Amino acid sequence: MSDRIRMTIDGREIAVEPGTTVAAALMMNGVHSFRESPNGDERGPLCGMGICFECRMTVNGASGVRTCNLLCADGMEVSTQ
Amino acid sequence: MTSSRSDILVVGAGPAGLAAAVTAAETGCQVTLVDDNPHVGGQVWRAERETLPPRAAQWYARARQAKVHMVGGATVVYAPSPHELFAHSVDGAKKFQCEKLILATGAHERFLPFPGWTLPGVVGVGGLQALVKGGLPVVGKRVALVGTGPLLLAVGAFLMQRGAHVLCIAEQARRTRVLAFGASLAWHPRKLREAVKLKRATRPIPRQYSTWPLAIRARSQSLEIDLTRKPESAAAVTKTLECDLIGCGFGVVPDTVLARALGCDLNGEAVRVNDHQQTSIANVYCAGESNGIGGADLALVEGEVAALRACGQTIGRDLQKRLDRGRSFAQGLNDTYQLRDELRHLGQEDTIVCRCEDVPLEHLHPYGSFRDAKLKTRCGMGACQGRVCGGALAFLRGWAPDSVRPPYAPIPMEDFARMCADATT
Repeated sequence: MSDRIRMTIDGREIAVEPGTTVAAALMMNGVHSFRESPNGDERGPLCGMGICFECRMTVNGASGVRTCNLLCADGMEVSTQ
Repeated sequence: MTSSRSDILVVGAGPAGLAAAVTAAETGCQVTLVDDNPHVGGQVWRAERETLPPRAAQWYARARQAKVHMVGGATVVYAPSPHELFAHSVDGAKKFQCEKLILATGAHERFLPFPGWTLPGVVGVGGLQALVKGGLPVVGKRVALVGTGPLLLAVGAFLMQRGAHVLCIAEQARRTRVLAFGASLAWHPRKLREAVKLKRATRPIPRQYSTWPLAIRARSQSLEIDLTRKPESAAAVTKTLECDLIGCGFGVVPDTVLARALGCDLNGEAVRVNDHQQTSIANVYCAGESNGIGGADLALVEGEVAALRACGQTIGRDLQKRLDRGRSFAQGLNDTYQLRDELRHLGQEDTIVCRCEDVPLEHLHPYGSFRDAKLKTRCGMGACQGRVCGGALAFLRGWAPDSVRPPYAPIPMEDFARMCADATT
C-alpha cells in the first residue's frame, strides 16, 4: 500500500490514499453539505467533473476552489466555512 | 504567467482530444493538449485514483511518444481569439498561442429539476461514478440510478463491482424502444459486445422502463425517492425507495461554452461542423461530444478527422466509413433515449431550476428567452455559467443558451485583469 496523504479539514487531520479527490475525501469524512445556496439551503457535489461548482471550498486559503477536480496533497488545508 | 506556442492547441483530453492530439503530433505538428481535469481520459475514460482505464492509457502512451505537450488541471477561461487562449490553474495563469484550435470540450450530464433534486447526496449518474473513482467508498451503500441512457447501466455495473447495493435502474425510455435499439447493434459489433457485457453485469439490478422520479426527500440519515412507472396502457404506479445516494441524469449535453465564446455557430445544442469537423469560425475545429452526442468511438474518429484536416491532410476512405458508421450509431442512440414529454412537468412552481442563484421555475414564467430570464431573474448568471440550468431549460422551454462572457469560470479578478492586459488581440 502506498503512503497515505495527510491533510486537514477545518484543522482536523485526515489521511487518504493517493489519487483521492478533495470532494471524495470530504464526503468520506462526513462532510455532505459543501455550500450554502443564496436561500441558505445545503448543497453537495452534483456533477463530479468541474462544471456545476456546487463543491466549491476554501483550499489553502483560496476560496471558491472546485474540490471534485482537485487531488488531495500532503499538508493541504481545507476549510468548509 | 507561463506562455507556450504550438501549431495546434487541443482543448479537452477525452477520447476526441487525445485522438486529435496524437494524430496531429504523429503527422509532425507541434501540439499542446490542455484539460481542466488532472488526468487525461475525459469523463468516459476517467482515471480511478491514479490508474487510467486501458484504452486511455494506450492513447496517453502514444501522446507521450509523439511528444504532445500535455497540461492538466488548467481551465480555459478566456479566448480573445482562436489563436490566443488563457487558462487558470492552481499553479497560476497560462497563456497558449496556436495556429489552429481543436475544441474537444465534451459533454456534461443533463439535470432536470424536480422536488428534492438539489439535496446533498443527489448527484449525477456520471457524477457519482466520478466521485467513486476519486476515492469515495460505496461498499454497502444503497443507491438508486434514475434518468436515461446507457450510462445508467455502465454506472450500475461499476457501482456493483465497487460493493454498492444498487436498488434500481429507472429508465424513462420505453422498453420496446430500448430493445429495438439493442437489436440494431448487430450492425455495430463492438457496441453489441459492450451491450451484452453490460446486460450481464447488471442482471442482479432491478431495471424498470418508462419510469422517472417524482420527488426526493431528506430523512435523518438517508434519502427517500418516489419513482413512478407509466406503462403504455395502464395507470401509473408509484413506489418509494430509501437510499443513501441517488444518481440522477437525463442524458448528456454538449459543452459549447468555449465554442460559443469564440463565435462558433450551433446546430441545436451542439457545435455546428462540416464534414471535416470544421466549425463556422476559420481555424477552429470541433470533435467529440461537443459537436453531438455519440460516444467514445465516434469521438476518436472525429478527433482523427479534425486533426488531419487541421494539418492539411486528406481523409481516407476507411476513416470516412468509420465516421459514417459512428454517426448512424449516434442517431439511433439519440432517438432511443429521447426525453419524454411527461418529464417536462416534473418540477413544481417552487422547484429550483438555477442552483447557483436559487431561481425557482415560477420566476421564469414571464420570459421567452434565456437572455430575458437571465437579466431579470439572474437565472444562469452564477458560477456554472448556465451549464446546469441551460440543459434543463433547453428541454423544458426550448431556450437556446445565452452569450458567453469571460472569464468562463470564476477566477480571482486580478488574475483575469492580468490576462486581459497580456492579450495581444
